[in-house]
Amino acid sequence: MSSLRLHSIHKSFGDHEVLRGIDLELEDHEVVCLIGASGSGKSTLLRCVNLLEPLDSGRIFLGDEEITRRGVDVNAVRRRIGIVFQAYNLFPHMTVLRNVTLAPRNVLKLSRQEAESRALDLLARFGLESRRDEYPDRLSGGQQQRVAIVRALAMRPQLMLLDEVTSALDPELVAEVLEVIRELAAGGMTMLIATHEMSFARDIANRVCFLDDGRILEQGPPNEILQHPRQPRTRQFLERIIEAGRL
Amino acid sequence: MASEGDRRADPEVERRSRLLGGLRLEGEGARGVAIALLSTAVFIAVVIVAVTQSAGWPEVRRTFFDWHDISSSFPDIARAFVLNVKIFLVCEVFILILALIVAVVRSLPGPVFFPLRALATIYVDLARGVPTILVIALLGFGAPALQLTGVPRSRVFWAGVGLILVYGGYVAEVYRAGIDSVHPSQEAAARSLGLTRFQALRSVILPQAIRRVIPPLLNDFIGLQKDTALVGTLGVVEAFNQSQIDTNATFTYGSYLAAAFLFVALTIPLARFTDWLIARDRRKRQAAGGFA
Repeated sequence: MSSLRLHSIHKSFGDHEVLRGIDLELEDHEVVCLIGASGSGKSTLLRCVNLLEPLDSGRIFLGDEEITRRGVDVNAVRRRIGIVFQAYNLFPHMTVLRNVTLAPRNVLKLSRQEAESRALDLLARFGLESRRDEYPDRLSGGQQQRVAIVRALAMRPQLMLLDEVTSALDPELVAEVLEVIRELAAGGMTMLIATHEMSFARDIANRVCFLDDGRILEQGPPNEILQHPRQPRTRQFLERIIEAGRL
Repeated sequence: MASEGDRRADPEVERRSRLLGGLRLEGEGARGVAIALLSTAVFIAVVIVAVTQSAGWPEVRRTFFDWHDISSSFPDIARAFVLNVKIFLVCEVFILILALIVAVVRSLPGPVFFPLRALATIYVDLARGVPTILVIALLGFGAPALQLTGVPRSRVFWAGVGLILVYGGYVAEVYRAGIDSVHPSQEAAARSLGLTRFQALRSVILPQAIRRVIPPLLNDFIGLQKDTALVGTLGVVEAFNQSQIDTNATFTYGSYLAAAFLFVALTIPLARFTDWLIARDRRKRQAAGGFA
């Protein structure tokens, strides 16, 4: 059964059309990586799926429910979709534990005990339990990003959106975050991932989509797209990535 | 020169100049302090000589600086000053609440809230545009004259309402600056977790916004403490009015000095507390390694 279905998504900012008709379908437990140059629309697409950006046209289905229909409860939809941002966006005035328990307590109405035990389980799973009482600015970038992932997971989402979650990290901190995502994939989490880490995409993705100028130009199994791209634009993009030493 | 560069890099000198709160001492260590003390002493001496040599000084000294006048008027003024403190404390609570509501309303996005936003904007413009003394006179004399049932007719009450309305406008702008200073990604993060707009505001935006504007908020408190003296223009006996009464009885102005002393005694601790908070905030940010 399909977990997420995007149908002809269009989105403009002013005169600039960022998304020019995106069609995409994710099966349950599928991991799809979006690759493409900066400005190709990857982040915008993820923000649209989480309803952080209103669409100009198109429809989005989560499971068999259309989440772009009129009068939909956006907060209820977002409960079911976790998103992690490039810049972590942890709440700086809250400890790690409160960052993670805020939404479960306020949105899911869990008791403090329930929310904390859920949070501590997740923090322990990702090696962060000793950081529970720290404020975000005392953590490394990698730790902050792992906390951000835990914060999203604490809502038990059926779909995770990851928006270039390693792009703001120092190179030596990238691995610990990718490890977390690998574990999520192994656990069967359905994920839509915008990334610049091609070798990671090759490892983890069931399918890679190349976005170019607001369209999915090419998609397929990672080996096919990354090693035998059919489109000249994809080839060009990958050559530049190889030059930069990222593949 | 090498020594110039060395001094700039010296963390101890940096720390000391920070402690002085921007009153940077040029020169180094003991020599710098000595120069500062000497120039201050010379400056004060010049001012004293200039004032005491002026033609009107003997008269000013008699009317303003008579110790007997100052000390004998002090108890009455101090008693009256209790009213200033009460007005200040009560008004402050309502100002903080009113201003927060206005600031939040002004920050509401979208066309639906346009009328509310416009109303809040008009209020802020009026509150900041009309002189405080006029607002107090209009409300203090006008509102009781309406003789509305169930509405207090006390002038102090209406003067307090006037202060709340005026300062509410200023403080609302301080809050709004704080709300605007919280990066939109914070709201996006909160909303992406399923929090409602109100929940995001309450748990994520406002706690950060208010923390950032505490120093300017305290600055407005200091202004309010002084402006409680305007209530005296309605004939209410508070510290300023009491000192005027004393002045009329003795034909000297020592009582004004007594009143001024009381106001300063109240505002200076708050001003130093504000400085301390700002310094602590800066230390925290530097400890975190950021300059945000």
